[in-house]
Amino acid sequence: MSDSTAIAQGASAGAAPHGEHPSYQRHHFETVGQQFDATNFAMWIFLLTEVMFFGGLFTSYLIMRNWYYRAFVEGSHQLSILWGTANTTVLIISSFTMAMAVWSAQMRRKGALLLFLGLTFLLGIAFLGIKGIEWHEKWVKHHVPGIHQYSEQAFLNPASDPEVFKEYHDKPLSPGMAQKTEEYFFLYFAMTGMHALHMVIGVCLLVYIFIRARTGAYTNGHFTFVENFGLYWHFVDIIWIFLYPLLYLISRY
Amino acid sequence: MSAATIVTLPDQATARIPKMNFLTKENGLLSWLLTGDHKRIATLYLISITFFFFIGGALAGLIRLELLTPQNDLVAADTYNKLFSMHGLIMVFFFLVPSVPATIGNFLMPMMVGAKDLALPKINLLSWYLYVIGGLMMLWTMCVGGVDTGWTFTTPLSTHYLNTHVVSAAMSVFVAGFSSILTGLNFIVTIHKMRCPGMTWFRLPLFVWSNYAASILMVLGTPVLAITLTLVALERIFHIGVFDPAFGGDPLLFQHLFWFYSHPAVYIMILPGFGVISEVISTFSRKRVFGYTAVAFSSVAIAVFGFFVWAHHMFIMGISNYSALVFSLLTMLVAVPSAIKIYNWAFTLYKGSITFETPMLYAIGFMGLFTIGGLTGVFLGATGTDIHLTETYFVVAHFHFVMVGGMLMSFLAGIHFWWPKWTGRMYPEKISQLAALTTFIGFNLTFFPQFILGTLGMPRRYAAYPPEFQVLNVFSTAGATVLGIGYLLPILYLTWSLKYGAIAGDNPWHATGLEWQTQSPPLTENFPEIPIMDHEAYDYEWLERMERKEVASV
Amino acid sequence: MSEPNAHNEQGAEHEPHIVSPGTYAIILLVLLVATATTCGMSYIDLGEWHIAINLFGWHVGTTLFWNPVVALAIACTKMTLVVLFFMHIKYSSKLTKLTVISGFFIFLGLISMTLADYVSRAWGRW
Repeated sequence: MSDSTAIAQGASAGAAPHGEHPSYQRHHFETVGQQFDATNFAMWIFLLTEVMFFGGLFTSYLIMRNWYYRAFVEGSHQLSILWGTANTTVLIISSFTMAMAVWSAQMRRKGALLLFLGLTFLLGIAFLGIKGIEWHEKWVKHHVPGIHQYSEQAFLNPASDPEVFKEYHDKPLSPGMAQKTEEYFFLYFAMTGMHALHMVIGVCLLVYIFIRARTGAYTNGHFTFVENFGLYWHFVDIIWIFLYPLLYLISRY
Repeated sequence: MSAATIVTLPDQATARIPKMNFLTKENGLLSWLLTGDHKRIATLYLISITFFFFIGGALAGLIRLELLTPQNDLVAADTYNKLFSMHGLIMVFFFLVPSVPATIGNFLMPMMVGAKDLALPKINLLSWYLYVIGGLMMLWTMCVGGVDTGWTFTTPLSTHYLNTHVVSAAMSVFVAGFSSILTGLNFIVTIHKMRCPGMTWFRLPLFVWSNYAASILMVLGTPVLAITLTLVALERIFHIGVFDPAFGGDPLLFQHLFWFYSHPAVYIMILPGFGVISEVISTFSRKRVFGYTAVAFSSVAIAVFGFFVWAHHMFIMGISNYSALVFSLLTMLVAVPSAIKIYNWAFTLYKGSITFETPMLYAIGFMGLFTIGGLTGVFLGATGTDIHLTETYFVVAHFHFVMVGGMLMSFLAGIHFWWPKWTGRMYPEKISQLAALTTFIGFNLTFFPQFILGTLGMPRRYAAYPPEFQVLNVFSTAGATVLGIGYLLPILYLTWSLKYGAIAGDNPWHATGLEWQTQSPPLTENFPEIPIMDHEAYDYEWLERMERKEVASV
Repeated sequence: MSEPNAHNEQGAEHEPHIVSPGTYAIILLVLLVATATTCGMSYIDLGEWHIAINLFGWHVGTTLFWNPVVALAIACTKMTLVVLFFMHIKYSSKLTKLTVISGFFIFLGLISMTLADYVSRAWGRW
C-alpha cells in the first residue's frame, strides 16, 4: 500500500451511489454482512449484561440459601412441582419454536415463520398464565412477603397445611427460622418476577415481530432482528432452566 | 527542538470554517434531539455533563464552606450529610463515569477507528436520553429533600434507618447506569466491527484501547449495581429483603455486590482518562508512545484485575481474614499495570521535543497527581494501614487525587486538545495555560492538607471536627476557591472562543490520529471517503511526509 | 510489534450457518429428558460428602450435598445445549465464543470470590 491511498486525501465524497445497497442496510455500514455481524455481536454483549444482572440475584440467593437452608426447603415445598415442571416444559418448547422461527426466516418461508412466531407467542402467554396461577396461590396462602400480611402458619405448624404435609411431612420450624421463609419468598418473587418481566418484554416484541413478519420484512434475507430476538428468548429460557432447580427442587425427598 | 510551540494556525485572513460540517448540516432543535450523529450526541453529552459538574461543584463548595470552622454552623448536620451524598452521587454517576467516554469518546471513537458512526447510532441517542432522565430524577430527588446515605447507599442505613428519598435516588442511578452500559456496548461493537481497512488492533490509538477496557467494565459491572439498587429499593418499599439484618439479611452481601461494580467503576472513570493522556503526551513530545503494546495491554489488564479487588473497600467491615489477605494481594497487583502506564509516559517524554501547550500542561499535572493518588491507594490496599486510614480524610484525599487530579485533569486536557477539532476554533492560549496552572495549584492546596488530616485521624462525613484541625481545613477551603476559579475559566474562554476564537484549521497540533486528517469541524460522515490505515499509530514521520506532499501539491 | 496483516473481524464475516430442524428437534428431546431427570432426581436423597482437611492445626472443611450439585450439573448441561445449538454458538465466530466465555468467567468470579469470603469466615482468626 502506498501513501497515495492514504486517508481522506482529495477524493470526491459519496463514493458509492445509494442504489447499490439493499434498503435495509444502514448508511454507516459498509456491507450487509458487517451490519449483521455488528448487531449480532451487540446482542451478545447485551446478554452478557443480562447475565451479570441476574448474577446479583443468584449470588444473594446462594448466600441466603446456605444460611437458612431449612426455611428454603420448606418454602420450596410450598411450590407446586407440577406447575413448575409444566412451565419448564412450556418454555423449553417455546425455545424450540423460536429456533424454528429463526430457521424459517433464514429459509425465507413466510408461512412457517408466522406459524412458529405464533406458537412461540402462545407458549410465552401460557408460561405467564401458569406463573400467574402460581402467584395467585401464594397470595391466597399469604406467602407474599411485604405486601399481603405474611403468614408463617404453614411453617410453624406444617400440619395446618394438609396438602403439603401429606407429601413431605415437614417438621415445624423454630419461630426464628419460620420468619426466614420470608427471605425465600422474597427471593422467589424477586427472581421469578424479574424473569417474568423479561418474558413480558419478549412477548410484546413477539407481537411486533409477528406484525412485521406478515409484510414479509424478515423473509427477504434480512432476518437479523428475528435472530437477535431469538437470542434474547433463549437467554430468558436459560435463566428459567436455572431458576427451576434452584427454587422448586430443593430437597423434595 | 525547533520552537516553543508546535501550533500552526492557517492564515486568519483567508481561513474559513468549512461550510459543510456536522454542526451546520441541519438546523433546529429537533435535528439535535433526534440526531444519530455521534458528534452531535457527544455535544449534547458535553453540555449536560458540564451542567451536572457545576451542580456537583456547587455542593462541594458548600461542603468546604461548612468545614471552614470546627462547629457545624453553616448547615445542620443532617443537611451536611445530604450535601456530601448529593455531591458524591452527582459527581460519580453524572459526571465522572460518563465524562470522557460519553463526550470525548463518543466524538472520537468512530473517527479514530475510521468509521462513519458508532455501530448503533440509535442506541447511542437512547443512552443520552437515559442519562438525561436519570439526571432529572436525581435533580428531583435533590429538590424534594435529597438523600443522605452517602453515594454508597450503605445498608441497613439506606433501607432501614433513613427517611430520605433513597428509592428515587437509587432508581436515578439505575437509569444512568443503563445509559453507561449502552455507551460501553456501542464502543465494544464499534471497535470490533467498524474498523477501517488496514486498521489492525495494534494500529489503534491508545485512546481506543483504554476506552475499550473501560467499556468492558461498564458492560459487565454496571448491571450488578443495577440489580443491587433494585433490591435496595424493594427492601425499602416492601420492608423485606436480603440486606437488612432485621429480616435476616446480610449488609455485607450488599457491600460485596455494590463494590463489585463500584470498584471497577473507578477504573471506568480513570481508564478513558489514561487514553487522553497517551494521545496528548505523544503529540506534544513528537514521539510514538513508548512501549505502545505494554500501554495497550496494561489497560486490558486493569480491566481484568479490576474485577477481583473489590473487597478492599470492606477490610474493616468483617470479611474473613483470608479473604482480606487475597484481596489485598490482588489490589497490589492492579498497581502494576497503572505504574506501567506512568513509566511509559515518562519514557515518552524522555528525549522528546516537548512543548507546553495547554493540553500538555494538564497532562503533566495529571501525571504528578495521579501518581500520588495511585500510590496512596497502595497504602489503603494494605490491610494494616487501611485499618488506621479508612473512613478518614486520607481516603477522601486519595480518591480525589485519582478522580479530580487524575480524571478531571485528563478530561480538561482532552477538551482542550480536541476543542479545535470539535468547533473548528482555537481558544486563547495564554489564559488557558493560566487556567491549567490555577487548577493545579488550587487542587494541591485543597486536597494535600486532607492527607495530613486523615493521618491525624479526622474522620470523613462529619460536619464538625476538633478545633486543632482547623488550620489545615482553612487551607483546604482556600484551595477549593482557587480550584473553583480554575474550573470557571475554561467555561468562559471556551464559550468565548466559539464565536471569536482563531480558526484552527484541520490539524493545528500536527497530530497523527485519523481524526486530525479530516476537516474541523468534521463532516457528518467524518471522512469524505472511508480512510485506509497504512501506517502505525503515532507515526510522526508519516505525518511529515504527508504534509510535505501537501505543500508540494499546492 | 504488531502484525500489519492481522485480520480485521470484518474479513471473517460470512453467511450464518443454518442449523437443520432435525438438530433442533433432537436438542428439544434431550432438553425435555433432562428436565424429567432433574425433576425425578430431586425425589431421591443422593447423600452428602464431608470434606475436612487438617492443615497445621487449621480445620478447613465443608460439606457437599449431592442433590444440588446434580441439579446444577443438569441445568448447566441444558444451558450448554441451548447456547451451542439454539443460539448457534457452535457455528459462531471465535469472538462470539470468547464473549460468552468471558461473561461466565466474570459471573463465576462474582459468585466464587463472594462465596470464598463467606466460607472462610468460618475458619476463624489467624
